[in-house]
Amino acid sequence: MQHLKASLPSITVIAILIAAWWAAVLATHSLIFPTPWAVVTGTWELIYNGTLWQHIAASLTRVAIGFGLAVCIAVPLGLWMGWVRGAYTTLNPIFQILRPISPIAWIPIAILWFGIGNVSPVYLIFISSVFPMVVQTTVGVHTIEKRYLRAAENFGVSRRTLFTRVVIPAVLPQIVVGMRIGLGVAWLVVVAAEMIALHSGLGYMIMDSRNAGNRYDLVVAGMIIIGLIGLSLDGLMRLLEGNRWVRWRYAH
Amino acid sequence: MRTKIEVRGLSKSFQSDKGRLEVIENISFSVQEGEFVALVGPSGCGKTTLLNLIAGFVSPDSGSVVIDGTPHEKPNSRGILISQQGSVFPWLTVRENLMFGLNGHPPADIASIADRYADIVGLKGFEDSFPHELSGGMLKRAELARALVVKPEILYMDEPFSALDALMSLRMRGELLRILAKERHTVMLITHDVEEAIHLADRILVLSARPTRIQATFEVPFSHPRRLSSVASQELRMAILRELGVEHDEADASPRG
Repeated sequence: MQHLKASLPSITVIAILIAAWWAAVLATHSLIFPTPWAVVTGTWELIYNGTLWQHIAASLTRVAIGFGLAVCIAVPLGLWMGWVRGAYTTLNPIFQILRPISPIAWIPIAILWFGIGNVSPVYLIFISSVFPMVVQTTVGVHTIEKRYLRAAENFGVSRRTLFTRVVIPAVLPQIVVGMRIGLGVAWLVVVAAEMIALHSGLGYMIMDSRNAGNRYDLVVAGMIIIGLIGLSLDGLMRLLEGNRWVRWRYAH
Repeated sequence: MRTKIEVRGLSKSFQSDKGRLEVIENISFSVQEGEFVALVGPSGCGKTTLLNLIAGFVSPDSGSVVIDGTPHEKPNSRGILISQQGSVFPWLTVRENLMFGLNGHPPADIASIADRYADIVGLKGFEDSFPHELSGGMLKRAELARALVVKPEILYMDEPFSALDALMSLRMRGELLRILAKERHTVMLITHDVEEAIHLADRILVLSARPTRIQATFEVPFSHPRRLSSVASQELRMAILRELGVEHDEADASPRG
């Protein structure tokens, strides 16, 4: 009940926006832009003929592989760059140059290297989510408070113990922040990549619906589904923040 | 009584924007085994640097620290530093924090040793709590327990209770004395609170403003439990405050050092 009360204003705004949208379509007698109801029936059509699940599965699989690879590379790399000064001074300038390049700018190169298939979007997801995670992890190591490292030194623990029991736990919350950013970017990128050069996925579905007879009801349906899945992915990462090894950072 | 810590001609300067800053200048003194020595001095005088030098966290420009007759250069668990900010790991529970220092022990014993020390400092029932669930005073107890659990010969305490409120700080002093009465650690305490020094220490070294030197030494001849309101301890407090440059009437007016 409390929850419902809190979300009442945003539900109201959404309802008003949908009503305005509906009114606008009716008022302009648009033949192409769909009414909200057309979007609902369009979505139903996609669910009924099974294509929606295929596209969602295709997009999510690409994100899972690309993002998973990025985590496996970014976290150890970030820890190493944060911990070993030489690694930081050598690699950081390279990352600073590569990081601002939009993932979209990599598309031509991805097509050249990997062709039009599943590897290109996975590569784009990897390249776009790896940088924020490396940076967050590195910054995380650099911002560990000295008093904790000093205390560990005082107890005479080995360098290995220092790393596993102090450095990694201290940085873990930052790593999770990086993963949240990385997954958000990955989801943005997979849709963009699929629009250009693929035959499956939600991005492809949107472009295909437009090309195959201006089915804008399906275009809008695809957009809304992308939004909802993105929200769920973020919610999934938020669950990680409730983990014992991360929660301490946010508790006061 | 034998000499535990010998500080020989320690000096330390730091590079600053305005050139070299002489922080510690030729300090020598020694601490007996089981002795409680307090270092008091004006804020910013380099007390913390001095303690870090002695504990081995900072290397001196010249001079040396000798502990038990051998040169001391790197920190180890024979001497544990407790700082004002505290350094209880926020990602570990109280028990896990206490277990941290006991790395070399057989794993089966570690938890029970940790729990025993949690009990000693009055944290029984909070072994599974995280630091953010504890009050400031309890956090200090956890820090103290984590230091004691490794059975250090020396405790280096840098304003350990100054972040606590007056009442809690008084309570923690009592707690510390109770623990020290059982296990005779050698203690070096840094404080700006003269009353705290008189309450706890066997000997008080008054430090000068930068560059820090030892300006005066006071023995505290009172046995525990001490009555801080006694005439003798008030006179000692006045004498120390005068060394710190506080005028007689100012010292009378201030309820605490």
